[in-house]
Amino acid sequence: MAILSEEEARSLMKKALSYSKADECEINLNGSDSANIRYARNSVSTSGAIAQTSLVVSSAFGKKLGVATINEYDDASLEKVVRRSEELAQLAPENPEFMPFLGPQTYAAPNPKLFDQKTADMSPKLRTDMVAQSLQVAKDSKLTAAGFLQNTGSFAAMMNSHGLFAYNKYSDINFSVTLRSEDGKGSGYASRDYEDYTKMDTLKLTKVSAQKATGSITAKAIEPGKYTVILEPSAGIVLLEQLYGGLDARSADEGRSFLSKAGGGTKLGDKLVDERVTIYSDPQNPDLPSSTWNGDGRPQERINWIEKGVVKNLYYSRYWAQKKGVKAIPGPDAITMLGGDASLEDLIKSTERGILVTRLWYIRPVDPQTLLYTGLTRDGTFYIENGQIKFPVKNFRFNESPIIMLNNLEALGRPERAVSGESFQSAMIPPMKIRDFTFSSLSDAV
Amino acid sequence: MNRKNFLYLTGMGISGAMLAGIPVIGSPISAEAAMQGGIDVALKKRMADVALNAARSKGATYTDVRIGRYLRQFVVTREEKVQNVVNTESYGMGIRVLANGCWGFAATDKMDNDSIAKAAAAAVAIAKENARIQSEPVQLAPQKGYGEVSWKTPIEKNAFEVPIKDKVDLLLKVNDTAMKAGANYITSIIFSVNEQKYFASSDGSYIDQDVHRIWPTFFATHVDAKSGKFETRNALSSPRGMGYEYLIPKAADKITNMPTPLYRNSYDMIEDAGFAGKQGAEKMAAKSVEAGKYDLILDPSNLWLTIHESVGHPTELDRVLGYEANFAGTSFLTLDKWKTGKFNFGSKNVNIVADKLQPGSLGAVGYDDEGVKCGQWDIIKDGILVNYQTIRDQAHIIGLNASQGCCYADAWSDVQFQRMPNISLQPGKTPLTPAELIKDVEKGIYVVGDSSFSIDQQRYNFQFSGQLYYEVKNGKIVGMLNDVAYQSNTQEFWNSCSAVCDKSDYRLGGSFFDGKGQPEQVSAVSHGSSTTRFNGVNIINTARKI
Repeated sequence: MAILSEEEARSLMKKALSYSKADECEINLNGSDSANIRYARNSVSTSGAIAQTSLVVSSAFGKKLGVATINEYDDASLEKVVRRSEELAQLAPENPEFMPFLGPQTYAAPNPKLFDQKTADMSPKLRTDMVAQSLQVAKDSKLTAAGFLQNTGSFAAMMNSHGLFAYNKYSDINFSVTLRSEDGKGSGYASRDYEDYTKMDTLKLTKVSAQKATGSITAKAIEPGKYTVILEPSAGIVLLEQLYGGLDARSADEGRSFLSKAGGGTKLGDKLVDERVTIYSDPQNPDLPSSTWNGDGRPQERINWIEKGVVKNLYYSRYWAQKKGVKAIPGPDAITMLGGDASLEDLIKSTERGILVTRLWYIRPVDPQTLLYTGLTRDGTFYIENGQIKFPVKNFRFNESPIIMLNNLEALGRPERAVSGESFQSAMIPPMKIRDFTFSSLSDAV
Repeated sequence: MNRKNFLYLTGMGISGAMLAGIPVIGSPISAEAAMQGGIDVALKKRMADVALNAARSKGATYTDVRIGRYLRQFVVTREEKVQNVVNTESYGMGIRVLANGCWGFAATDKMDNDSIAKAAAAAVAIAKENARIQSEPVQLAPQKGYGEVSWKTPIEKNAFEVPIKDKVDLLLKVNDTAMKAGANYITSIIFSVNEQKYFASSDGSYIDQDVHRIWPTFFATHVDAKSGKFETRNALSSPRGMGYEYLIPKAADKITNMPTPLYRNSYDMIEDAGFAGKQGAEKMAAKSVEAGKYDLILDPSNLWLTIHESVGHPTELDRVLGYEANFAGTSFLTLDKWKTGKFNFGSKNVNIVADKLQPGSLGAVGYDDEGVKCGQWDIIKDGILVNYQTIRDQAHIIGLNASQGCCYADAWSDVQFQRMPNISLQPGKTPLTPAELIKDVEKGIYVVGDSSFSIDQQRYNFQFSGQLYYEVKNGKIVGMLNDVAYQSNTQEFWNSCSAVCDKSDYRLGGSFFDGKGQPEQVSAVSHGSSTTRFNGVNIINTARKI
């Protein structure tokens, strides 16, 4: 039951909608089948499988909205859930910002790579085999592994009384691994997320992690301060997502965003960062396929957010877009930041003195006015001199704004798919060389 | 439901939700459905027995079953508008088994006998498959069955039974008060949670629990359009393991002799909003701090989070052992340090207790999520590390023959694992008020409320901010400061603890959303303290130009 086809979803929602007596009615139907293995201390720890679906009915009378849900799909249950949402809507206070549900929309066909049946259907044996490969690397290298592997198949659909219908089916495989030396002095990390499990090479990723763990054992303490850094994509993504996730028009218009300007107005159309920075979202990207519609039924299309350093678009709620008389662009999904042709190795070779950062961790906002964030390096931090990695260094705490960082850009490498350790979202991110990155103190953590 | 759908339902927008740190849990249901009584206990027992029997017949040597109905209500307003009222329900069953010495888990929201038996079989199949890559079999600390028992949070007024209109009226009054006092924007929210949890195990326990929590909060922003600057002052409330009575202010619960009112076991949301409304402009006009060493006087509304991050997390035994190495991290409080019996975690003023029973706290339950009766124990005694927090499959590692009852899962659909109990700094034994504590300080900063927080994966280096910073000079508060963050090393920081106020100042702070595990789960936990002084802490200035 968990993964319904487009036709099955359509027929179920059509039936639910047929019971509606409200001014407007909208149905959301979701389901997922997911399973995971978690391991630590070179052994499996917990693992599990979960299947669930839900059907959500939103009924509106004027500007009054009622929402109810159910996970049983016989006729009587469907009618009951529709009636319940209508009763609730009659009792609800009016929301002056309520927007009528959307009419029929045109969505592009999703990229065929968005769903892979074999990834959705992975057997317990296949998952265990993939983890066994990772564990073997740890044992062979006399290191201790902790990791996580999860595969998911899911679908999302919506239909409303104005004729809107949307459907997408998704598959996902997520893997991350940390290897630590037995004396606790070295640690390395690698992670990836794909739609197709055959792309997930747990052996190769664990080897990368092993190399970082072994290579970081003799870390030296160097003085905190401003350094040229090379941020690997898995490090850079956690700071960049604070920038593209924060391009909300309403808070900028209201004067409470890093995009608000003195004297009123926003930085839309202004040059915010280095002209080599271009950030866009595209659900059809074959390397990062994504949903063709967002949660309230708006189509997801290719949008340039930052083009050659200039803020090109902000995202809007439907209410705010209507108030401002502009197109209601939904928030970014499936982000790509353009880069160059250089590999990570090329960036290292071109660096006289600098620090290579594998991963940034525990990212928290410090000042929303300047988009200042703090956090720490983790699982492989290395000193570079004359184009070569010289020695591992102890971890640092940083206080840095992605805006300042992208104004101090030295070079960009070739984008690759990275998954954020904070939001768990994937994006195509280039390795970045940045000057004057602010490390404010040392950490003893390994 | 994914995060985007949730944001749509709350109508909060991404920035608002991120500010509130709201995770996506459950599906929306009507208020009326949320007020219906729980699932019949006899039915839950029958369903649990189906799972227990099915797992045993497939070869499980131990099984536990958690049937959960989790209700959450979000009433969200901004300025003069009701943004949304969302009731969510999540109902289903999680089955955990031991087979071939290895854990397996499966969860389902289909509660018919066939689906339950299928889930139990899936859990056993996973356990048997994974036993291939297990290095040593799971060793469970013994636990006797309690038979059929129950527990309920001792609430006075069930928040789910309070009409939506009363909550909306309160929040709109809060907003109006803050805006009249100077705020330009405000979002205010009442979160209510009811976990109806049923636990059954092959040890012979059938435990029915009804757990309640509430968190009223707001974010009031003052904007100066001319300069393009803005400042936000968040509520000084704390999430509590209480009913709606937390929102009925009592005079005896107020502390009024400090620069802003502070609250014990009930919260005057309207009064706090009035202060927040004017403090936004005051923060904006405040002097930017000069970086350097200061004595810090931390109010419990700030210190709770520092206790959480720097004491709570590093004393989780699963982190110490490496089970969280791939995500939340490990711990500097390694077993060798604990074994010496002399590891100097903090000064003699530092006494820290783990407590799963504390009334009004978020972590209080009768039994944990693997059927262990809850209790309290010392973690840090007179500055020395004396114990950890643990569960049934790790207790033997620190020589215990029983679990400490720290197992929790945030949903029926997630496997239970070690989570932090309430971890609190004990008040000083000598009478001492915050005002007296400040009198001895030559150069210091008094910090109220929590804000930014970040700590490394072994819990050495941290950086915290607050909502309000007051400069202390020669024993007196002389004005407000801005752009403050304190950075320190855990052991150094707790060794600089020079005085703790007495029990009359003791208050609880806490979090609804402590994150840990893969897939990530949240947990609600409280941390109590009295106002506390730390000498010579490093302060950085966080002002930047973009």
